Parts: sequence; C-alpha cells; structure tokens
Amino acid sequence: MLANRKLILAHFWFAFSVFGVALTLGAWQMFIRSPIGTWLSNPELYYRSLTAHGTVMGYVFPTLVAMGFGYAISEAALEQRLVGVRWAWAGFWLIVLGSVMAIIPIALGRASVLYTFYPPLIGSPFYYIGVVLVVVGSWIWVALMAINLRVWRKAHPGAPVPLAMFANVAGSYLWAWTAVGAALELLLQIIPVSVGLKATIDAGLARVFFSWTLHAIVYFWLMPTYIAYYTIVPRAIGGRVYSDTMARISFILFLVVAMPIGMHHTFADPQVGAGFKFIHSAFTALVALPTLLTVFTICASVEIAARLRGGRGMFGWIRALPWDNPMMLALAFSFVMLGLGGAGGLINMSYQLDASIHNTQWITGHFHLIFGGAIVIMYFAIAYDLWPHLTGRELIDLRLIRTQLWLWFIGMIVTTFPWHWVGILGMPRRMAYFDFGHPAIAPQALSVTFSAFGGFILLTSGLLFLVILARGMRAPQADAGPYRFAIAVHQPATVPVALNTHALWVALMIVLTITNYGYPILTLALTEGTSVPAVYVGAQ
Amino acid sequence: MSARDLFTFRNRHFTAGVGIIAAMLIVTAIAGFIVLPFAQPWVQFANFWDAICSAAGVPQRAANVTAPEQTKRLSEVVLTSHTLSRPSQEAIGRGATLAQRCAICHGPTGISRADSPNLAGQYAAVIYKELHDFRSGARTNAVMSPFAVNLTDEEIADLSNYYAYLPRLPAYHPTPQLPKPNIVIYGAPMRGIAPCGACHGSLDNKTGSPWLEGQSEAYMKAQLEAFAGGERRNDISQQMRNIARALTPQEIEAAAAYYASQPPDIVKAVD
Ligand code: HEM
Ligand SMILES: [Cu+2]
Repeated sequence: MLANRKLILAHFWFAFSVFGVALTLGAWQMFIRSPIGTWLSNPELYYRSLTAHGTVMGYVFPTLVAMGFGYAISEAALEQRLVGVRWAWAGFWLIVLGSVMAIIPIALGRASVLYTFYPPLIGSPFYYIGVVLVVVGSWIWVALMAINLRVWRKAHPGAPVPLAMFANVAGSYLWAWTAVGAALELLLQIIPVSVGLKATIDAGLARVFFSWTLHAIVYFWLMPTYIAYYTIVPRAIGGRVYSDTMARISFILFLVVAMPIGMHHTFADPQVGAGFKFIHSAFTALVALPTLLTVFTICASVEIAARLRGGRGMFGWIRALPWDNPMMLALAFSFVMLGLGGAGGLINMSYQLDASIHNTQWITGHFHLIFGGAIVIMYFAIAYDLWPHLTGRELIDLRLIRTQLWLWFIGMIVTTFPWHWVGILGMPRRMAYFDFGHPAIAPQALSVTFSAFGGFILLTSGLLFLVILARGMRAPQADAGPYRFAIAVHQPATVPVALNTHALWVALMIVLTITNYGYPILTLALTEGTSVPAVYVGAQ
Repeated sequence: MSARDLFTFRNRHFTAGVGIIAAMLIVTAIAGFIVLPFAQPWVQFANFWDAICSAAGVPQRAANVTAPEQTKRLSEVVLTSHTLSRPSQEAIGRGATLAQRCAICHGPTGISRADSPNLAGQYAAVIYKELHDFRSGARTNAVMSPFAVNLTDEEIADLSNYYAYLPRLPAYHPTPQLPKPNIVIYGAPMRGIAPCGACHGSLDNKTGSPWLEGQSEAYMKAQLEAFAGGERRNDISQQMRNIARALTPQEIEAAAAYYASQPPDIVKAVD
C-alpha cells in the first residue's frame, strides 16, 4: 500500500465528489436547453449552473487528480519517502477552501461570469479569490514535486529519472507557468475592479492574459492521461513501453510548444495583430507532434503486449489483446476519442476554418470529446489502477468497471457528435435558451435531443464510477503489492542530460512566451483609453 | 553532468533544441509579418515597416478615413454602476426643492397622473442620463427639453438622487397584472432580440436601463416606436434602437401592456 494513501485518497475523493456534482449540473444544462426540457424562464439559473460546472470541471477536478496522482508517482516511482507531507496537506486544504469560497457566490448568483471570467462582466471578489486559492494550493504541489525530484537526484547522481516522475514534473512546471496568465489577469485586472478599487477594465488585455492560460491548461489536464498511457497501460496489459526516449521527447515537447500558442483562442479578437495570430497558429500545428509520437509509441507498446500473448499477423495481434482488462478498454476508448477530437481540433487551430465554428456549439462538443472523453476516461482508469494500493482492498467487480467505461464512451459519442453537428449549423454556445419552435432552428431539435440523452448516459456512468470506488472501500482486504510503473523494452541505463532534466525546456518555454506574448501584452497594457466600464453581475 | 554541460553549444541537444525553435520562430515571423501582409492584394502598405506594424497590431489611426458627419447629437453620458451610488441627505433635499417644478407632469409623489413617466424610485443613473441627454439635445421633447436646458450638473445629480430616493408607489391607474409575454422573458433569439427582462428587470438589470413596472402603457409604446423609427436616438450604441426596429407591432403592444400592468414592488430588489 502507498504510504501517503490518506493524502492521495483525500485528493481523489474531493475531486470525484465535486466531479459528480458538476456532472449532474452538466446533464441538467443539456436537458433544460433541449426541446425535451421545459424552460425555466430564468437564464440566470442556467448561468449559475454553467459557471459552477465550468469552474469545477476546468479548475478544481483535473487539478486535484493531477496532484493526487503526482504524489502517488513521487512516492512509488522514486521509491522514497514523500518530502513535505504537511505542505501537501496545506495545499489540499487551500484548494478545498478556495472551492467553497468560489462556489458560494456562484450559488447565490453573485458570480455568474462563467469559468472564463468574461470581463468586463465582474462578479463577487470571493469567486475570484477562491479560484486564486485553488491555483496557489496547486503551486504548493508544483514546488513539492520539484523538491522531491531534487532529493532523489542527490541520492542518485546522474541516474535516469524514472519516466513517470520525469513526466509528472514536466506537467507541474507547465501548470506553474501557464497559470501565471490567468493569475495576472485576476490579480492585476479583475480583482481590483471586483473589490471596487477601479471601475473600468481592459477587456482585450484580459482576454490575451487568459489565452496564455487557456491553451496550456488543456495540456496540464492531459498530462495524467499521457502519463497513464506510457507508464500504467503497458504494465497493466502485460507489455513494455516501446521507447523511453520517445516518451521523454513527447513530454518535453509539450513543455515547449503548449505554451506559446494560446492566441488561437483570440483569432476573432480585434486587439491582437494578425502576425501574432499566425505565429501562434503555426506553433499550434507543432503541438500535434508529441501527440502523434505518443499514439505511435503506445500502439507499438500495445502490439508488444499482444505479441507476448501470442498474437500473430499484420493485424491479427489485435485480437490477442486482453480486451476484458479495463485498462485496455479505457485506452482503446481514449484513443478513439482522441483521434476524433484531434481531427476536429485541426479545424479549430486553423485561422480561416476557425471562423466557421467560432463560438458555436462545435467548440463545446469538441472539448467535451477530448477533455470529458479521452482525458477523463483515463482519470477513471488511473483511479481504478491505484485504488487497491490506496485502500488495501481489491476492486473485484471488473464487469461493472467495464460497463462503466462502455457507458462513458457511448455517452460521450452520443452527446458530442450531434453537439458538433449543430455547431456546424451555426448554433451559438453559452446560450441559455433556444426557440426550437422557430422554423430556422426546428431541424436542430432532434440533434440536441440526442445530446441530452447522451448527457444522461454520461451521468449514469459517472455515478456508477463513484459507486464502484465507494464499494472498493469496503471490499475484502487484499495486498496489492508495491505500486509499479511500466518498464521500457530497453530500460535506459543512462539518459542524456537534456532528457533527464527540465531546465533547458523550461527556459525555452519562457523564452517563447516572451517572444509570442511580450509585444501584444505590452502594447495593450501601455495603450491609453482601451478600458471599458465594468458590468457588475446583479448590480444596477 | 550539470547545467553547465547542458547550456552550451557543445551539447548537441542544446544546439538542436535552441536551433530548431529559433528557426521556427524566424520562419513563422517572416511569414506572419512580411509575406502574408503583402499577400493580401486588397491592402496597400507603404513599406516593409508599415506591413510589420500592421501585422504586429500596432494601434494606428487610419489617415484616409474620416468619421461620418454626425447630423444629430448623440448621448455623451458615461455611466458606470457607481454613478451617483452614494447620495448625501443634502443632495436629496436640494433635489426635492428642484423637483417641485417637475411635479406638474410627473406627479407630486413622482407618480404621473398623465402619460408622463413615473419617476418615484427610478434608478438615479437613469434619470441622470436622460436629463443630461435632454440638456444636450441628444433627446428632445417639446415639453421636457425647455425644463432641462438650464439645469446645472449638480442640479441634475440632485434631482436624480431625489427621485431615486422616493418610495416606489403603485401606478395612478393600476390594471390587473398580466402574465409575462415571451418577448419579455425569452426575447427572440432568431431575430437577435435579447429578452426585455435581461436589462429592464424581471430577469436582471443593467446599468442605465430603467425599471419599467407600472409605467404608462401609451408612453412605453410611443418610446418603442420612436426608437424603431429613429426619432429617438439617445440610446448608447443603439442598444434600444436595434431591438425596437426588430420588434413586431404585436410585440411592442405586449411588452408595453405587460410592464404597465406590473406593481412596482416586484422590481428586482438589488439595492
Ligand atoms: C454529463 C456529462 C456532461 C454534460 C451533459 C455537459 C454539458 C455541458 C454544457 C451543456 C455546457 C455548456 C455549453 C454552453 O452552453 O456553452 C458545458 C460546459 C462545460 N463543460 Fe460540460 N458536460 C458534461 C461533462 C463534462 C465533463 C466530464 C467535463 C470535463 C471534465 C466538462 C467540462 C465542461 C467545461 C469546462 C465547460 C465550459 C463551461 C463554460 O463554457 O463556461 N463537462 N457542459
Ligand atoms: Cu487552445
């Protein structure tokens, strides 16, 4: 059993509980704005729900999963005592405090600004301060991950850092730096207006700051999933990692190119120059590289497992895979959703094509497929894999687990395919009400109804997930042995310093942020007369 | 192995990493700042520098574009949600004295007996803005304009504070309360019309928008028609004109009748 099981369980349980609540809100949103729901006549309630859903799903839930998983990796991969356990608890409680602080004004209708903040819309300061506390709590984790790695390096000079920890620390650095954009927006711009020190705000600058965070945050969400691809799945299905080097290259590439590309979220914004949009768009194309490397490496690793199990032939080996193993199932579903979502992403990232789907339901369909689908299904897998090592009990009901994964996959497809489709037809996102009686959008009613059904399938699956975990806390005791990560076909004896440390890549990440963001931020900050009056939520 | 062995061009990973990134940056910058700007035949640049500045988004004033001649005055009032938010007792008192000359139309308690708007308990920012607009000529009315032209800034503020301070009383001719019509709570999304209630209460209130409960039906209808026809144009950024133009005559009737029938005590209490 893991020594820090209490700490990790606290992170996971809090993460998955708020996930359950936010999931219910999501399903409700889908339902209430579909033709099968009767409209509540009050968009204000919809936007409260949407703010809560986005804040939990975007900030609280994935951050806690990455943190809990990170502590497990630090302990199990480095095989050393976790340094700074008290700090870790402090970080956890900061996040709990921040979440509560943010959720109360949302529930009271004082912060219906959506998780992207949307200045000049301004809500209660408690909401923003709550979000800041969540980020600060996670920064403690970043520091702890760096410190633990340092301690390990001292004890093992020159030895290759275990892949899981190398990737975990890369993810934490990415998060530390990408969160700075939103932190600057909150601390320098929004909170001063929210507490009444200023009455105007430069919304264009705020959007640029937010884009600094908005892209790389998705790669931070993705990190636990990719770590699971490389270091859990091959072990769980009896294979080997095809290439340790390839894995390291993928993670450092994420570090370098996930950051300087966020302006693909501001393609439609007039305050950003077209030249910068082009550079960001070109770098966005590069970010496909680590994902393609990963898909290749993982497919090869899976093939190794199949051949070890006696699989033969060009494609015949696929049948030899352990399909009844939940980890195999989760990986396959995740890859299908990643592939479909990635194809959609190509449209979002290109300056011209983006115009046709900008701010439509296509966008929400897209990120639910990738984030809610490909990424979150691996969060489930991580939890299932770690659970016996956290509880000292076995997860016996494999069939229930498989059902849960199937439901999530089917639910996500049923929800997001029509969601994309109505987006192409032009249905805008973040609308509380659609008049399906109007002939112009009546044909979309059917698609939206399908999505709503998909939402309920997802809700069922999510609740099932919680039930399985809860039952796992009361199952018969069984010793799962030490927690192990997958090993590579050629487990490296030495690794070049560039692939064993993060410094070079962190430096490049910062330099690219400066080249790609420095000028736009400076001109916007220095240009006079670009601020607009704040619009206070619920104020006169 | 240490940082010193890594951050040097003798380390091939360093050279490759930095080199590839620098090359990418240079190629994309040349494409984004020079090639693509000139690839747009419909834009003319004086020189390279001009193109680069344009692609970088340097704020520029277009030299050859003149602002269209403005024939009618527009509102110059700037409102924030803090405008007049903390009135003093003296200001309210001064406003009460000044308001005696308004009572003939707007009623001694701020409730009109004719079809002039009720002012009792209206948001201060709303009265402030309308008086400024009447004074500047952005809004005109044969009866109202002469009263407004001679007001000072302070008098306008005092009057606004006074009326905002008055209790919200029922209309002079109360009618049975009507149910909410669609236009008030849903708007008409397919025609780009936001719900009236999103700004004027019922759902939410936005700075500068009056609450309308209990106003005269005839007055509201006339104003909507004036916005639609362009006779009234003091709404900032055409917020009301855009909506009124898209409304059908039936929707105008329905919205006016609905608001007129509402008692003022249902105004969303935020203060
Ligand atoms: C039961 C399954 C879910 C349903 C039915 C659902 C539904 C929705 C809906 C209807 C919206 C608002 C779209 C709009 O009006 O613009 C939304 C937004 C969002 N959802 Fe979900 N969702 C679900 C699960 C998830 C999951 C699993 C995640 C990620 C872990 C997620 C993350 C988000 C985020 C980040 C937003 C953006 C909020 C915003 O635009 O402010 N959702 N979701
Ligand atoms: Cu992005």
